[in-house]
Amino acid sequence: MKARHKRFGFIVVGLAGLGLAAWLTLNALDNNLSYFFSPTEVTENEGPKDHIRLGGLVEPGSLERGKELTVRFAVSDNAHKVNVEYTGILPDLFAEGQGVIAQGKMNANGVFVADEVLAKHDENYMPPEVAEALEKGHNQAVGAKN
Amino acid sequence: MIPEIGHFTLILALCMALVQGTLPLIGAHKGIASWVALAKPAARAHLLFLLVAYGCLTYAFLVHDFSVAYVATNSNTKLPTLYLISGVWGAHEGSLLFWAVTLALWTGAVTVFSRSVSEVMVARVVGVMGLVSVGFLMFMLFTSSPFERLPNPPVEGRDLNPLLQDPGLAIHPPMLYMGYVGFSVAFAFAIAAMLGGRLDAAWARWSRPWTNVAWVFLTLGIALGSWWAYYELGWGGWWFWDPVENASFMPWIVGTALMHSLAVTEKRGAFKAWTVLLAIFAFSLSLLGTFLVRSGVLTSVHAFATDPERGVFILLFLCIVIGGSLLLYSWRATQIRSSVSFGLVSRETGLLLNNVILVVTACSVLLGTLYPLILDALGQGKISVGPPYFNSVFIPLTVPLAILVGVGALARWKQDDPAELFRKVRLHMVTSLVLGLALPAIFAPFYSWAAALSLVLAFWVIFTSGQWLVERATAGRSLWQVMRTTPRGGWGMLFGHVGIAVFIIGVALTSIYSSEKDVRLEPGETYSLGGHDFLLKQVSNVRGPNYVAARGTVEISKDGEHLVTLYPEKRNYLTSQMPMTEAGIDAGLFRDLFVALGEPLGDKGAWAVRLYHKPFVRWIWLGAIFMSLGGLLAASDRRYFRLARKARQAAADNQATVGAA
Repeated sequence: MKARHKRFGFIVVGLAGLGLAAWLTLNALDNNLSYFFSPTEVTENEGPKDHIRLGGLVEPGSLERGKELTVRFAVSDNAHKVNVEYTGILPDLFAEGQGVIAQGKMNANGVFVADEVLAKHDENYMPPEVAEALEKGHNQAVGAKN
Repeated sequence: MIPEIGHFTLILALCMALVQGTLPLIGAHKGIASWVALAKPAARAHLLFLLVAYGCLTYAFLVHDFSVAYVATNSNTKLPTLYLISGVWGAHEGSLLFWAVTLALWTGAVTVFSRSVSEVMVARVVGVMGLVSVGFLMFMLFTSSPFERLPNPPVEGRDLNPLLQDPGLAIHPPMLYMGYVGFSVAFAFAIAAMLGGRLDAAWARWSRPWTNVAWVFLTLGIALGSWWAYYELGWGGWWFWDPVENASFMPWIVGTALMHSLAVTEKRGAFKAWTVLLAIFAFSLSLLGTFLVRSGVLTSVHAFATDPERGVFILLFLCIVIGGSLLLYSWRATQIRSSVSFGLVSRETGLLLNNVILVVTACSVLLGTLYPLILDALGQGKISVGPPYFNSVFIPLTVPLAILVGVGALARWKQDDPAELFRKVRLHMVTSLVLGLALPAIFAPFYSWAAALSLVLAFWVIFTSGQWLVERATAGRSLWQVMRTTPRGGWGMLFGHVGIAVFIIGVALTSIYSSEKDVRLEPGETYSLGGHDFLLKQVSNVRGPNYVAARGTVEISKDGEHLVTLYPEKRNYLTSQMPMTEAGIDAGLFRDLFVALGEPLGDKGAWAVRLYHKPFVRWIWLGAIFMSLGGLLAASDRRYFRLARKARQAAADNQATVGAA
């Protein structure tokens, strides 16, 4: 085999491998993105039905426990709120009036079924997504009143 | 007074770094011997000033000087001494100081352990590292000084984040930083070699031990972080593909590629340009990691207060370092030609494939990590990329890597006979297939093809790596002789590769055979999981030094026989009012039992409890320990010391002749 042929072979194999890897990667990326939505966007049906990250404040007084480990609470951005249902143990820093992100999908009854609930890691820390959603919600609420 | 001394020495360190980063480089370029000779003393003075500054900050922590803002926000009088010391690197400002100290330590080490390297080369290396330090010290002094005073000092400080109050996490950042910053040595060597226009085998030989040691620190740092997440975050996961974890994992992958590519450059003089590029990328990814973690663009346990000014500064610094080195590269690349050829079946090809796979893996992790940031910056909405993405990309890419690991090491340099290579491994092919396919059927609670495939791969890696040792037993040498004559570099490779096998076993069996359950338990109730009975005996209140806690007593038995009693805690830290889950874990080589308290439920004293049975989870970290051991062995190979001794000898001879003349 001549050196030129060999180099050509390397390049072809390399490109094929890279192409495959790129295809795998982009495919996987496409299937595993979850979009962040605020309660307002969810109520106004702006998002898809699944793979949603819903962020906002846990509405004070909304937390109730069902049987076994099911909990229900509402997530609000001070303009709209969405009811969330979750089965499992809530994170340490989950509390009413605090920022959370719930990951999951909407069911037929308009309840957001979360398979993961994330709270902040630090008492002073607010996830940037939640902060932004709250600000938008606040503006909207103020706008509605005027 | 002491904090002011700290601040002042920090400024002195910056001045010294400026000297270190300019004069030796100019001297090396123009051939001014006295300027070249400045490199070592400047680097050592720079280190000394930084150590004094670091000592001042530690002192401020130890005496609870709450007039220093950083001390007041990250410690209080009730904090145990260990966490006062580790609190120094517990948040943004202090961790930057720690970064700078680490860089100076590595530079100091270069000045001590580089006797075999020419004076001019050392001057260039030290100069490049000095320039990096200038960037970091300016960042620190202009945007985030750890010595800033408060006009009205509080009587009591706030708390160190309780998540960080843990011995594992006290040493996790230093390890990680030693690794991150350690890649600056390989980077500086590559830049220095390009500046000098001499990219030869010697340059690769100097870089290798440094790269190995940095890589070992990074491996241990990542493993410690993973271990900490496992027992301290409370929910039994060991890797989350969190952007911050990825930030440390990307330099690790590229660093691994760099180690292997350096081997080719040293032994065969091939892949030169590629190796230089990898050295640049490994360090750039370390810097990117620092940027991602410290700028607050990420939602994570590691992200501190968001400060856009800091982010812009690091981004600018990143652009200068990466852009500058790539510019130099493009200018010099035409001169770097590897004129060595090699056959299709050869060790070079194996290492080339290793590099291609590792770099593709690093790119896919980078894509998943940066994609949300890029979309956000473009105003395309906020998204997140979940762990399934990383798993579905990472796992298929690891399979060919595992297949190649042992075989690549068996192949000869330059050209090997495929039939001969096949003859060496055909038996191992059969045994690993049989063992891998059979073992899950015999021992596992259910058969899993994924587990079987992983075991096949793991056995394949172990057997083919072992074959490498067997191959050395030519001409009737006994196994003992072979083991004695195998150089440490060879042992390093063996341990590193076996570490991969151990890691694969751990990851596969834990992910597939773990059982997990969140249950509601009243005192006296039992729940069975993974063949074990978990009995919640009681939950009582206890008091720690700076927290109060509810402590559960959980008795675990198997087949009616009492095995172990675990005490998971739910702590509430007094100063920060932050709740924390402290899991109860019974660790074992073949399985971990894990109990964590969720929250109290209702009036009957019931608690939400999370129970885990995790087979082989320890093997994940055991694999990392094996790999690190391999890296250490390889770095301590005799020939590096021989090289140094030879150079010393030559220098002494030189002196003698000069003296005689």
